[in-house]
Amino acid sequence: MSKKALDGVKVLEFAEFVAGPYCSKLLADLGAEVIKVERPGAGDEARKKGPFPDDIPHQEKSALFLYLNTNKSGITLNLNSTTGKGIFKSLITDTDILIEDSYPERARELGIDFDTLKKINPWLIVTSITPFGQTGPHSEYKAYPLNSVHSGMLGYLTPWVSCWPDREPIQPGGLLGEYGCGLSAATATLAALYVQRMTGRGQHIDVSKQEALIALNRVNAPQYPNDGQSDTRFINLSGLLGDILPCKDGHIVFQINETHHWQGFVQLIGNPQWAQNPVYLDGAERGKRFVTEIRPRVIEWAKDFTKEELYHRGQAANCPFAIVNSPEDVVNSEHLKARGFFVNVEHPVAGKIKQAGAPFIMSQTPWAVEQPAPTLGQHNEQILCDRLGYSKQDLVKLRRKGII
Amino acid sequence: MRPLEGIRVVDFAWAWAGSQATSILALLGAEVIKIESRRRIDHSRVFSLTTGQWFDEPDRSTIFNDMNLGKLSANIDLSRSEGVDLVKKLVKISDVAVQNMRPGKMEALGLGYEDLREVKPDIIMLSSSARGSTGPEREYIGYAPLFSAISGFAFISGYEGEDPIRLSGEIDLLSATSSAFAVLAALIHRQQTGEGQFIDLSSTEATSVFMGEVFMDYCMNGRNQTRHGNKDTFMAPHNVYRCKGDDKWISIAVATDEEFEALCEVAGHPEWAVDKRFADTFTRWHNQEKLDKLIENWTINHPHFDVMKMLQAVGIAATPSCNSEDLWNDPHLRERDFWAEVDHPVLGKQTVIAPVWKLSETPLEVSGPAPLFGQHNRYVFGDLLGLDDSEIERLIENGVIY
Repeated sequence: MSKKALDGVKVLEFAEFVAGPYCSKLLADLGAEVIKVERPGAGDEARKKGPFPDDIPHQEKSALFLYLNTNKSGITLNLNSTTGKGIFKSLITDTDILIEDSYPERARELGIDFDTLKKINPWLIVTSITPFGQTGPHSEYKAYPLNSVHSGMLGYLTPWVSCWPDREPIQPGGLLGEYGCGLSAATATLAALYVQRMTGRGQHIDVSKQEALIALNRVNAPQYPNDGQSDTRFINLSGLLGDILPCKDGHIVFQINETHHWQGFVQLIGNPQWAQNPVYLDGAERGKRFVTEIRPRVIEWAKDFTKEELYHRGQAANCPFAIVNSPEDVVNSEHLKARGFFVNVEHPVAGKIKQAGAPFIMSQTPWAVEQPAPTLGQHNEQILCDRLGYSKQDLVKLRRKGII
Repeated sequence: MRPLEGIRVVDFAWAWAGSQATSILALLGAEVIKIESRRRIDHSRVFSLTTGQWFDEPDRSTIFNDMNLGKLSANIDLSRSEGVDLVKKLVKISDVAVQNMRPGKMEALGLGYEDLREVKPDIIMLSSSARGSTGPEREYIGYAPLFSAISGFAFISGYEGEDPIRLSGEIDLLSATSSAFAVLAALIHRQQTGEGQFIDLSSTEATSVFMGEVFMDYCMNGRNQTRHGNKDTFMAPHNVYRCKGDDKWISIAVATDEEFEALCEVAGHPEWAVDKRFADTFTRWHNQEKLDKLIENWTINHPHFDVMKMLQAVGIAATPSCNSEDLWNDPHLRERDFWAEVDHPVLGKQTVIAPVWKLSETPLEVSGPAPLFGQHNRYVFGDLLGLDDSEIERLIENGVIY
């Protein structure tokens, strides 16, 4: 094993589905030792979500769970029981960071709120990830991922540059918002870890999903107080030249902002007469004339080419072109193969499945999957007996009582 | 004390993904010095990719202000060898360098990781680009809409059964957050071991990681997931519904029969809950278009915040689809000090969003507006690098400070 950026950092996770688990996956994949605490029986909600191999649901085969929980150990613990709470607190004494996603009132009921835990371990960082944060009139309001995306403005602004002012806003594909909240929380957590390592101080990090998502549209968010109006998703992009367009075998995206991009583009389409108009050398003018003068010609030109042709030829002409890649295209990308982006992960129940890998490449402390996602309660014995000193007979009793 | 106080960042970044990465470090307390010149002006000082707006002067861009809060600005022309020497002196007394030029460009300028390591052995350098600094497409260029396309996200985003859509600003800012996260991880490693390193971030890879389960579906089942609007795989109702007013919407998501019964009660239609088309999760999912119409016939008569209150009171997940005005009028955000104000020397008072992480012991704050172009030349060249006034004048005359 090579050295890791977060070697020696001890994390406890009591969170489920996407945001919290993704936050601690980011830490685990950089070498932090993460213990994931799940409810006995059902475990993490992501275990039910899938997709599953051959679409056959199985607690240990949900791709969402397998992806979000690499490099973690897993135990089961019923935090409603006194003994379960006691075990949790024993673990907390030897923990640097707790990642949790219970609503504030529920966390207090369970006794895992920051004020309670800091008395046990003043060094502790608690990162709380909830839909609306720890304080304020909406702090107990319920939100599923769809609601968070819309409360966080990301939904309202999607589709960006919509041509349909009468249609509803939508969520971006997949679970982008939840992942984004996990990343946001992980970033704040590392800032607190940096302080902890320097000063010995723990602290509470309050992450509101709504706010973490609004921050991703930080330009649009304060528009009303600054200008008295609110950007919509159907803004007419009069000043810029770019679009998503069909071609022979799919879609491409291009974005021509700078004049040298435009010049590259004119070369690319074979220097036609219409493109020689000097007015097009002005960025704002080009943008204004895009929809009426330029767009129809680009559509006509693009329809005879494949997406691969347009992408590589466009880029060779120094013009920002991209393919709207399907998942299949991404998995089979030669570029990503050369960079080793996808990795094979072997799981004891689910088998070997290819997964997306490192979000970035660190030269001295490489990202790696060294351990697949845990099966439910896989490390109960290791953690409870080896670390906390319970006997194997204790484990039998705890299991019978439904505590683990 | 903010977490990164005492950390100095030389910021070669521009546009959104790069600028916001270092802006996050500035919000965390680092001293971030943006290196810019007339020869190579940050395009967010010139135009806005989200709104299509063009700015007549580099100090009048509100977008630039939002992307570069709390930074300092120093003018150095990096195409001049004296400029390169000058910036290396700054690197020597800094901890982190961040850049997002096309891979190879910094090396060509004599400012690659190896060059910087010579003057500062434990420097942490992050390079952010469209495709990363290795691989056959390493020199390809892009903006957020292109990252959303190449990463796979555009393909799975859009209305059900219709064409894919681009995503934009949020993709840049997610990439920026990944960059800040990576730099923090490297700072923690340096804190423990004294060792710096190079970080290669591809904005498209940093986006693809957010759809891990979608790629696995293809790898396991050969399935290309496509577009499904606001729909969920299990939950129904699960959509946004038009409310009273212009372009006002409420998002409602229902997971259980109990939640659905409560929704029917509040809407004044308890009969929906016993209608066999909607009786359980499975039938609701298959008849969701019909159900959506019924729900919208109710929501259309109410303001979106009222629908939220009515439904949340009985434990149903409902939030407006918020625009800027909704956010500004939201008492919850107000109470949480979500907004901050900065006094910009040219733009005047500007409302911005405060750092969104509430850290109990080392609270964050917006330390100031974005810098004017070259605003901190005296501080950087005089106070930090110790050049006297006549030397600074000479560099200005020679166009090195430019």
